[in-house]
Amino acid sequence: MNRIGVFVCHCGTNIAATVDVHRVAETLGKEPSVVIAKDYQYMCSEAGQNMIKDAIREYGLTGLVVCSCSPRMHEATFRKAAASAGLNPYLVEIANIREQDSWIHKDIEEATEKAVILGRTAIAKVQLNTPLTAGESPVTKRALVIGGGIAGIQTALDIAEAGFEVDIVEKQPTIGGKMAQIDKTFPTLDCAACILTPKMVDCAQNDKITIYSYSEVAAVSGFVGNFSVKIKRKARFVDETKCTGCGLCTEKCPQKKVPNEFNLGLDNRRAIYIPFAQAVPKVATIDPDYCNMLKNGKCGVCAKVCGAQAIDYKAQDTYVEQQYGAIVVATGFNPINIDAYDEYAYSQSQNVVTSLELERLMNAAGPNGGTLLRPSDKKHPKTIVFVQCVGSRCDDSRGKGYCSKICCMYTAKHAMLIREKYPDTNVYVFYIDVRTPGKNFDEFYRRAVEQYNVHYVKGQVGKVVPKSDGNLIVYGSDLIEGKRLVIDADMVVLAAAIEPDKSARSIATMLTASMDTNDFFTEAHPKLRPVESPTAGIFLSGVCQGPKDIPETVAQATACAGKVIGLLVKDKLTCNPCVAHSDELMCNGCSSCEKVCPYGAITYEEKGFRQPDRTTKMRRVAIVNEAVCQGCGACTVACPSGAMDLKGFANKQIMAEVDAICL
Amino acid sequence: MADKEQIIRISGVNPLKCMKCGKCTATCPNYDEMEYHPHQFVYMVEHGEIDKLMASESVYKCLTCFACVERCPRGVEPAKLIEAIRTEAVRRQGCNRLKADDIPARIDDDMPGQALMMATRKYTR
Repeated sequence: MNRIGVFVCHCGTNIAATVDVHRVAETLGKEPSVVIAKDYQYMCSEAGQNMIKDAIREYGLTGLVVCSCSPRMHEATFRKAAASAGLNPYLVEIANIREQDSWIHKDIEEATEKAVILGRTAIAKVQLNTPLTAGESPVTKRALVIGGGIAGIQTALDIAEAGFEVDIVEKQPTIGGKMAQIDKTFPTLDCAACILTPKMVDCAQNDKITIYSYSEVAAVSGFVGNFSVKIKRKARFVDETKCTGCGLCTEKCPQKKVPNEFNLGLDNRRAIYIPFAQAVPKVATIDPDYCNMLKNGKCGVCAKVCGAQAIDYKAQDTYVEQQYGAIVVATGFNPINIDAYDEYAYSQSQNVVTSLELERLMNAAGPNGGTLLRPSDKKHPKTIVFVQCVGSRCDDSRGKGYCSKICCMYTAKHAMLIREKYPDTNVYVFYIDVRTPGKNFDEFYRRAVEQYNVHYVKGQVGKVVPKSDGNLIVYGSDLIEGKRLVIDADMVVLAAAIEPDKSARSIATMLTASMDTNDFFTEAHPKLRPVESPTAGIFLSGVCQGPKDIPETVAQATACAGKVIGLLVKDKLTCNPCVAHSDELMCNGCSSCEKVCPYGAITYEEKGFRQPDRTTKMRRVAIVNEAVCQGCGACTVACPSGAMDLKGFANKQIMAEVDAICL
Repeated sequence: MADKEQIIRISGVNPLKCMKCGKCTATCPNYDEMEYHPHQFVYMVEHGEIDKLMASESVYKCLTCFACVERCPRGVEPAKLIEAIRTEAVRRQGCNRLKADDIPARIDDDMPGQALMMATRKYTR
């Protein structure tokens, strides 16, 4: 005979304000097998947990139901409490009467009734719970970081610092990411390259870090502590081990008309190139789309001039297979394509640029050597109009509903730098709101207004009309004065929204890590577990999780490394015992379960079964690898014969829950 | 032509410090009487629209109560700007707001003597 204890939590007023918790406890106390039912203000507090522990000992409970918040919040807490009082932790069930009841209902009568039903359901299930014992699996003490921007670099350095091996996979020929393209950083105006490139060099020189540049993740299998990853090393047609980075080939290559992506196409590079002077690894890469030798076999200049004989036109993509305990996603962002915003004339005029393009135009290593000249005629612009929120906070199909967070600050920076260097330039910034939450951020913005006399105009730009002389007529709204402004501008700079890198979605699929509707990776808990994915062993670093600036990215990257180190120091991980198992007497070996299993946890074996006539018949039956199974339950649904079942969520338990609700 | 720099120099106010929150106008006890409100004074001085302000009755409707100065979160001191524009106006020949002959007609018994003195200072050369 089961002896079940029911504990109803008030969660302060979170539950108690909408649910009559006394009545719930009283009603559930009359359910069969329930020997004690109590309510308490904070079940998760020490006093609440002690109440549970005392009841387990006093009443010799065989099952425990806690009516409280979501099991994602405190299931682990109550399981631990039960275990410490001698009750198997898998004999604990949570009835979620907060997220699924009190928070979404207003009527006390209805909410109370629902709480009773949810409690009754959990009681029905716990009657059928069996004690489970968690197994253990080993941990591969090596981490993979996908993405070599500042987020990936910082995470890798911190993990390596703790003594673990780290591999960085970067799809570009060099690590560095967006930060390498930036001239100065707000709010201190540090030179971005001066603070980034030493970290890039640290990565290259650290014997714990391996950089797979010009590489991509091709396939991922396994689970937390035991991932197996296939890395595609794209052919760069230059032997990384031989190339000295002298750059002679990049000077002699006759193919000069290749848009330079590092400068956002504002100038050209050669078909063999090193993205920028401080690239890591500093080796050349041949662009197969433009190389005459690779396209039609006519040229071979780079091979002739290369003193190190590093050029190999016959190079092929290669694959590396490696085991990892943890995987960090640091795939970063890109500005959105703003071609759909016709009104800003971006595709009609060279003098309408994005902020990242302006960044290159002002960069000492950029196309103009740091002198700000407008693209169309290389003249000094005298009037520059900045437009904020281009595609951000925009709820239509062209833009993004969210705030990109970094634009207010980098626009203030650009405006300030321009006024500092060219005081005769008139700078306007059209804004909807100026958002500057951050240490020394508002002071920075106010400096742009008060010291540098940047004209901040509250209102948006409606349209930009290019003129034949390259100038632009900007029609804007000044909402404070309640009038329309018409400005004859030399240049217009658009603060384009940022979005996750396009590669993120396919990586999320490979990792079975969840994303939101904007393709930002979802964190395990938005407040309490911000650097972990809900998928165990997957960690998040940088803008792949949501818009953030460099200081925040670095902070998150280090936090992420801390979580990875916390995982890698463990020798064994406790497995989830709620895994699938197959009843081999019922299994007919149809392979339905194997086909749906996302983790490759199911295999088959031929097994002999004794028949009634005393002969032995060989039959093919499913075997679940419990260390690989993640307990998703897909196989239990697919199994046509009902042989597959999930421990802790058995079919009969689910049916008992349904019965408790419906009968 | 009144000059923006002149107003800024007389008042000692830097209109660029304004972050356009509107608190000055929200607190103004004479709001209903003013054509241009304190935040508009700051904004219009920043944009050099001094003549418009100088021609407005608002310059004289300002009570000089300094509530806007007291409560401005950025220390912009709008009342000082208004005062400067008024000063600039009365400094001009023939621009006296009050003539000595008109004053007796405006006196009522409840008016404190100080107000009269203030008016002479504020409205005449």
